Amino acid sequence: MQVPGLTLEAVALAAPVPIWHAHLTAEEWLKAAAALRQAGGRLLALWAGAAELRDEPMDPARAVEALAAGAPACMCASYATLEGAFWLSVPLAQVEGQRVYPDLVPLFPVAMRMQRAAADLSRVQAQGASDTRPWLNHGAWPADYVPLQQGAGEPQAVAPTPLSDYPFVRVEGDGVHEIAVGPVHAGIIEPGHFRFSVVGEKVLRLEQRLGYTHKGIEQRMTQLPPLQAARLAGRVSGDSTVAYAWAYCMALESACGITVPERAAWLRALMLERERVANHLGDLGALGNDAAFAFGLAQFSRLRENWLRGSMTAFGHRLMMDCVAPGGVSTDLTREHCESQAQLCDALEAEVRTLFTIYEAHSGLQDRFLSTGRVTPALAARLGLTGLAGRASSQSWDLRCDQPWLPYSQLQVAMATHQGGDVAARVLVRFHELFESLRLIRQMLAELPPGPVKLEVRLPRDAARGAGWVEGWRGEIFVALELAGADQENRILRCHLHDPSWQNWPVLEHAIMGNIVPDFPLINKSFNLSYSGQDL
Amino acid sequence: MIWRVLRQIGKAGCHSEPAPDIGAAAADETSRIQSEVLQILGQALCIRQIDAGSCNGCELEINALGNPYYNLEGLGIKFVASPRHADLLLVTGPVSRNMETALKRSFDATPEPKLVLVVGDCGCDGGIFGESYASCGRVSNVIPVDAVVPGCPPPPLEILRGILQAVRRRVPPSP
Repeated sequence: MQVPGLTLEAVALAAPVPIWHAHLTAEEWLKAAAALRQAGGRLLALWAGAAELRDEPMDPARAVEALAAGAPACMCASYATLEGAFWLSVPLAQVEGQRVYPDLVPLFPVAMRMQRAAADLSRVQAQGASDTRPWLNHGAWPADYVPLQQGAGEPQAVAPTPLSDYPFVRVEGDGVHEIAVGPVHAGIIEPGHFRFSVVGEKVLRLEQRLGYTHKGIEQRMTQLPPLQAARLAGRVSGDSTVAYAWAYCMALESACGITVPERAAWLRALMLERERVANHLGDLGALGNDAAFAFGLAQFSRLRENWLRGSMTAFGHRLMMDCVAPGGVSTDLTREHCESQAQLCDALEAEVRTLFTIYEAHSGLQDRFLSTGRVTPALAARLGLTGLAGRASSQSWDLRCDQPWLPYSQLQVAMATHQGGDVAARVLVRFHELFESLRLIRQMLAELPPGPVKLEVRLPRDAARGAGWVEGWRGEIFVALELAGADQENRILRCHLHDPSWQNWPVLEHAIMGNIVPDFPLINKSFNLSYSGQDL
Repeated sequence: MIWRVLRQIGKAGCHSEPAPDIGAAAADETSRIQSEVLQILGQALCIRQIDAGSCNGCELEINALGNPYYNLEGLGIKFVASPRHADLLLVTGPVSRNMETALKRSFDATPEPKLVLVVGDCGCDGGIFGESYASCGRVSNVIPVDAVVPGCPPPPLEILRGILQAVRRRVPPSP
């Protein structure tokens, strides 16, 4: 596998989707980033790795020692291309007492917040970065405490420092004033702070401050045995629990070099599509409600409740938490379940078709949706808008179509895209994806292969690396996992879980510009990004 | 257009279910509690929900309480936009250190008499996140708690039962 204009010695990981890993020097790392940008690649995730887990010549025991001693970690970036994903590591350099790596922001603006988060969690700096304000640390832990370099053993007690003041960018001029919202919002949603600079009703600038739900997930990952950590992965963002659990399990299984039974793969996809439908139903109702169409909320929330009860009946949990487990799935479907699930799909589809025609023909609703919160395809491409919101701005990437792994390779998923980039486009893409998911679910129920649904996972003898990549309902979720060998009880050296919200939050700041303040809830909901997923 | 909307409403019908049994033997227990809610708190029970660091799973189920099945407002319960309007704080999540101050301030802003109901395993005991440099763990480590609803996440019916129980604890038993 090659990037145009670049020779890479990359190792293919044993995942069902094509993912390669390579160690590069700083110069090669930058060159690779530029070549990938040139070739239309996207930055998927950026994180500080474990103490450098070199395949050769550094052995994992030394890596663990190095980690415990707080020695330099490596920096990792992963990129998505149409051929697959690249996970590229670069050793950190020491410059003036700081551990540094090349700044990726000039090539990929989306790297900014990920670099700031890596500085907070691993104390590594992007050399020459223009914004070095803390991102996840609001003063909760002192600057000399490095959450991701604690090594094994008892966790060190941390004395929290007072909340720090955050230097927001000020907009000045005649009649400009600020509106501060959050972290506790008016609705039943997650906490975050939004600072609007407005003139009258018009928004000149929005600056987000997130990190309020940062609860140390990545450090916690290193304290859990790999098989139990799947539960934690399923709780990174509750609305994407299936997608996260699958991505983590895929990473673990690729590190162990095992392939799950066919039926398990199909059931995982069935659950992932059920999760997509559940979230789209919720969002479509909430979007109607935010445009003062309460009928939409009442109808869609009723349909969502029916759907969740269907999950409860078939899988034993309304959100299907912990149903995807390492080695396969924890529940199987009976023939009766399959029949009742298919009936549920038929009933739902008929109702959503009716609601679709109502949404489409409702002039008051369309008036609020059309041209609101527009992200042009050019801006979306530049800022790396991804997932559902990306597809509504002509970014035609969908992992289920681009890298169809089992069972998607046998289902031929039709991608939903739109060039509008406004709230209306994001609503339409949701409708189309919902119909497509219902088709997929019905087909999967009909063609579900027989066989076992779980395999025993035997952890590897040597240190290993694995990755998982799954198209969740919001966008692609990427998990990078570094495991120690059996001599270290296979503990997790590092597990990075990446949410598509990292890419899309900064684009929301652009989407609101020039719109009026009362349209913000509508625009925000049309993206429906995860706070917990990006705060970790 | 309006006919299509009305037809859909008519076709969908009424799905509201009776309020959950909260464990009392008497069949009219719920209505008794409802009248007690009215008696003690005036007009209705106003709830302010605060996510203190959850994974958003609990929020999904709390939102689901608002769907037609659970008829929340029919019981005289509604979610309000500010802690200053609230009788009860519904708190989820392990309390992240970054939310600790905001949670304390919201608690202080809620007028007396106030109730705190914790929803979800994380708020009850820290859950899988536990206590760490970034997490204070259970909600009662930060503000006083009146009642808890365990579950990951608890289904809407359990949350509703928890709300009714929390209110009942403050209500002296009727003679």
